[in-house]
Order: sequence, then structure tokens, then C-alpha cells
Amino acid sequence: MQNALHGRRGPGALVLSDPTATRSLFAIIAILTFLAGLAAMGAQIVAASSREWRSATAREATIQLRPQSGRDIEADLARVAALGRSAPGVADARVLPKAEAEALLEPWLGSGLDLSSLPIPRLVVLRLDLEAAPDLAALGSRVAAEVPGATLDDHGSWRARLSGLANTIIGVAAGLVVLVVAASGIAVGFATRGAMAGSRDVVDVLQLVGATRRFIVREFALRFLRLAMLAALCGGVAAGFAAPLLGTIAALASATDGADEAFLGAASMGWRGYPLIALVAATVAAIAGFVSVATAKRFLRQTRAT
Amino acid sequence: MEQPVVAFDAVGLRYGQGPEILHDVSFAIEPGSFQFLTGPSGAGKTTLIRLILLSLRPSRGLIHLFGEEAARISGPALTSVRRRMGVVFQDFRLLDHLTTYENVALPLRVREREEASYRAEVMELLDWVGLGTRAGAMPAVLSGGEKQRAAIARALIARPELILADEPTGNVDPALARRLLRLFTELNRLGTSVLIATHDLALMDQVDAHRLVLSDGQLYSDA
Repeated sequence: MQNALHGRRGPGALVLSDPTATRSLFAIIAILTFLAGLAAMGAQIVAASSREWRSATAREATIQLRPQSGRDIEADLARVAALGRSAPGVADARVLPKAEAEALLEPWLGSGLDLSSLPIPRLVVLRLDLEAAPDLAALGSRVAAEVPGATLDDHGSWRARLSGLANTIIGVAAGLVVLVVAASGIAVGFATRGAMAGSRDVVDVLQLVGATRRFIVREFALRFLRLAMLAALCGGVAAGFAAPLLGTIAALASATDGADEAFLGAASMGWRGYPLIALVAATVAAIAGFVSVATAKRFLRQTRAT
Repeated sequence: MEQPVVAFDAVGLRYGQGPEILHDVSFAIEPGSFQFLTGPSGAGKTTLIRLILLSLRPSRGLIHLFGEEAARISGPALTSVRRRMGVVFQDFRLLDHLTTYENVALPLRVREREEASYRAEVMELLDWVGLGTRAGAMPAVLSGGEKQRAAIARALIARPELILADEPTGNVDPALARRLLRLFTELNRLGTSVLIATHDLALMDQVDAHRLVLSDGQLYSDA
């Protein structure tokens, strides 16, 4: 009967909500979660690509042979390839034909040039068997000693530079996620304090009729926790839908041809991005709830019912 | 001998560095007693009630509530003490966004009782104070007298050991004032200590009760 009298299913909310402030806070948290989700996902794409191309370059090494006067470069190439094949941990050694070696210079020198008169360095490509633990330092010393002008490149400096770049991007993205989560917490803390200050009469009456601090904190903080959870869910879902789009844009922007993609890896998020976005959204909601509770407790400590 | 529900010993109160507005106030509310607190407007009746509620702390002197020294009462202990009191505020302090029923049920709701366990109790009390048909009304549409009765019902619903009522009949007609006073005296007969702050001499004349008179910040007993 009482419910019918009330026209609602349960007792009315003890805390009044300001619809405009509620909508604004919802939008802020949803947008921040969306941005944090995108940042986390971007970091995940970079991390995955970085892993892929580091793995690809680690499976390969090259021996460069500069032409030496008075020496037969083809014979030296064959000797270097033989040395490579005989080294432990090297699955295959392939002499790069002269035409392919010249083609590698086209991006810098242009096409259609006659390079036959130039001392173009030649390459021997080694395919490594990483499980057999190749000793590239020993192989490098050996080819340098036996074949003048031969140097081994294990692509380590490339890997180090690209790893550094990838780690920087990941670090910046992680920092953005932390900042966005902190901003969400601050927004919720501000809203909680505002709501409690605006409902000071309610808080006073609740205290005077015997409400515990825990009860009052729960009345206020639960409202903001629910709001933050819903907003974070919306922001996270939006980021999840935007994720494949971002992956496609990144793939289009980074891979100009198949060779680039083979070297740098495909820029796609993969399934790992979705749990990451869910984790970001859950973190935003959890931080919002924690800050709301802490703010409400602090407010009650600082005020006395009058 | 039972300890007093409330005991003030040489209590003084000043706001900040201002003049002392209560000086050397000493009195006791014994269990099961019925007392009036009277005095001219502005004498400090409401302030004295706020001191009992511990929403104000004394500048000097000692206050004991239910045997506990007030200075030691804080946090959960303060909540426990307040749960043993029912207060009728002069300005009612009903929550405007809750119905009359919800306002009256508030002390039970903050004790985290299920609504089903107190619904009948609240409706019975609302009927008793003549608000049975106004249970779903918001305070904004209640008359002054109805708000007062709702405030009284809220103070009584949790069956407190001490009722503090600040001008509880100030907005009702004499007939209803007599009826409400009868409610307080009946509760007192059942063992509840009652302190009613009023300057209505006619009301006080209806009950043979101890009178505490506040004047110029000092308390006099008119036994």
C-alpha cells in the first residue's frame, strides 16, 4: 500500500541529484575512459608491432662485403656464405644477387642508373636458428679475419633504436592512461564534495537522527560509484568499437607495401586490446569509487551536524 | 540509584571569542522525568538542546549523556547516543525531497532496517498524529501544523529514551497542542524522559512538571 502511496517501488533516494551535474560528470568520465582506452590500445598496438619486428630481425643477420681491389668478390661471397652455413645456429646463408643489392640503393640513388661501375657492397643474408644459440660475435670475427672487407651486422643497433622508440610511445601512452584515471578521480571527488556541501541539510539531519558515517558515506559514494561504472562502461564500449578503426588507420598509415609490413609487423590490435580496455574502464570506475568514498569520509570528518 | 540521562555541570558556551551566551548551566534530566525548558525568545533554549545533541560542544564545564562524559563521545559512540534520543526541531527539518512517510521512517531507515519491518509501525504513528492520509505528501504541501506533527512522529518512531522537543506545539491549534502534549505525557508514563522547550505558559500549566527557566544565559530551576 505504501509503495502505491509513494508512486515508486522503494523508499526515495536520500541524496538529491542534480541532473545537469550528473549528466556532465557522466560525459566527463565516459570521454576520459574512451581516451584512456584509446591510449592503452595504441600502446598495445605499438607493443605488439614492436615484438613482431624485433622477433623478425632477430632471426636474420647480414654479412656485408665491400669490393676490394685485386680480389674476386664472387669468390669472397661464396667463401663468406660457406663460412656462414658452417657456423652453428645458422640455418641458411644466401648470397644476395647483384641486381637485388643494386635495387636496395634505388630509394637513395633513384632508378634507371647504371651502377656497374660503382663499387656496390654485396650482402650475404643469414637465416638464424635462434634455438641453436648462434654465436654471431665469433662468426663476425671469423669472416672479418678470413675475408678482407667483410663485416657482420646482427641488426642489434636497429633493434635497440626501434625498441627505444616503441618503449617511449608505450611509456607516453601509459602516462596518459594514468593522467586520465587521475582526472576521473579528481572529477568524482569534486562532484562528491559538491553534492555533500549542497546537501548539507540532509547530511545534518541524517547524523542527528542516528545515521552512522558509514551509512551516509554509502548513500553519497554509491551514487557516484554507480555513475562512474556506467560512464566507464560506455566509454570503454566506445573505445572497443573505435579500436578496429584505429588499427586500420594505423595499418594504412604505417604499411606502404608488403615489405614494410613484413619488416615492421602488421599494426593491428588483436584480441589483447579488449581486455586492456576493460581493465582501463574497471580502473576508472574503481578509482572513482575509492575517491568518492574518501571524499565523503573527509567531508564528514571536517563537518559537524548543526 | 540510576544515573541521569543528561547531566550538565557548570557548563558555559561562547561562540569563538564572543561573549559567553550560557553561563554555569547545571541541571540533570533523570530517567523517566518530564521537564519544561522555558524562557524568553533568544534565551538559549535551542542552544541548550543542541548541546545535549552534541551538535555544539561546551566551552567549559562537563556534560554527561547516559553516563558518558561528552568529551569522550565521538564517532560511533556519538551515533549510539543520538539513537537514544528523539528530537523535534523548532524548524522541523523535514527532508523536502522525501514524503511524509519517508521522513517519519528516516530514523529506522538509517538503522538499516528493512522497510517491510517498519511500514505498519510508521503508518500507525502517522494515523495517531492525524497524518494517515498525508503519508504520500511532500513536506512542501503540508501545513505548518502537519509538518510539526510529522517532525514529532519522526522523533518518536524509534522509541527513544529521551525526547527533546523544541517548541513542539508552536504551529498547532490549542486542541491539537493538548493532544500532542498528552502524547508526550503518555510516552513519559511509559518511561521515556521528556524535555520540552517552550515559552507557552498555557501549555506548561496543563502538566505538573519541573520547569527549567533560561534567562540571560543562566538556568534557574522552578520546581
